[in-house]
Amino acid sequence: MMDATQLAIEGRVAEEQRHHSKAQFLWVWAALLVMTGIEVWLAYQNMELIRMLSILMGLSLIKAALIIAYFMHMKFEVTPMKWVTMSSLVFCLAMMLVFLPDAFRILHLGVK
Amino acid sequence: MSDVVVQPGTDVYEPSLFGTYSKKIGMWLFLLSDSLTFGALLYAYTYGRVSTPDWPTPFHSESIRNATLMTAFLLTSSLTMVFAVRAAALGNAKAQRLWLLATMACGFGFVVLHGREWTNLIAEGLSLPVFPVPPGHEGSPEFLNAVKNAPQFAATFFGLTGMHMLHVTLGVVYLGVIALRKWFIPILLGLWLVAWLGTPAYSPFHYAAHVLLVAAIVISIILWLKPKVYDASDVEVAGLYWHFVDLVWMFIFPLVYLMSTRII
Repeated sequence: MMDATQLAIEGRVAEEQRHHSKAQFLWVWAALLVMTGIEVWLAYQNMELIRMLSILMGLSLIKAALIIAYFMHMKFEVTPMKWVTMSSLVFCLAMMLVFLPDAFRILHLGVK
Repeated sequence: MSDVVVQPGTDVYEPSLFGTYSKKIGMWLFLLSDSLTFGALLYAYTYGRVSTPDWPTPFHSESIRNATLMTAFLLTSSLTMVFAVRAAALGNAKAQRLWLLATMACGFGFVVLHGREWTNLIAEGLSLPVFPVPPGHEGSPEFLNAVKNAPQFAATFFGLTGMHMLHVTLGVVYLGVIALRKWFIPILLGLWLVAWLGTPAYSPFHYAAHVLLVAAIVISIILWLKPKVYDASDVEVAGLYWHFVDLVWMFIFPLVYLMSTRII
């Protein structure tokens, strides 16, 4: 009985994916390539470290969001799936960043 | 679209909280845990980068060009992967296999370019005790100073990119099994022999090649215990893994390479 349920859900998911157009994925791919080009250009702009880090990470987050939403089909999943996976991921990664200000403190204090 | 499945012949309703099948949820859970592994490595790199005033910036335009090409390979492989998933959903087995092989080719290109870059960097002096500078190479003063002044640079660089390279390699193997099943095993063994015998003994890839042998053994056992024809759901789940390694690279590329670009 469990297998029949799984097969039914798999069939429904495959049915949904048949309606995804190739053009949509090509646009996302092109956008990712363009953003990569912008990142490479920024790398040669001799910017201040923190500003450069912020811009590059901002672009990376946009690229990651596009990959998750379109290539990994998260945009087409049901709301509980989106919230449970993405909120737990963001929360755990944000917890790591709690300690990042300490790195700036070391930099400013000149601790070796 | 309904998220409720009705069992045929019964009145039992089986609600699916996440609206999808369990294999896919399992892969998502694995990817969430793996993202924490990479998150920790990326965090360690960022911490070291920010807190070290004389952080080396050894990547010349040749390295940046190489890494940009690697990024293009991975992004293109993600595109071919979604086309493989779409072809599988449409029941087009031939197109599905071709797109999977195209994805594998891009992944293979990425690993080759990355391996070439590692080899060049080690020869130039960016070394670890386990990756010594090869005989006959003295290394450039720039890289030798980088290793001396900020030893955490080489450690975090090789740790982070090595972990990612392992994921890409295993991703190519995973897709190979989905696309070719048992016929992929002799190909994998051939690749192992080429990688093992084709690299000198001092190269890190001489020993890392055995990952392919271990993978071939594990695949043989899995296919022997549970032989099956992989369907659209298997392709989609493999695709999730593949997009994940692409996604991780979207953070490694700017953090590791672009933030350490040598501006002349």
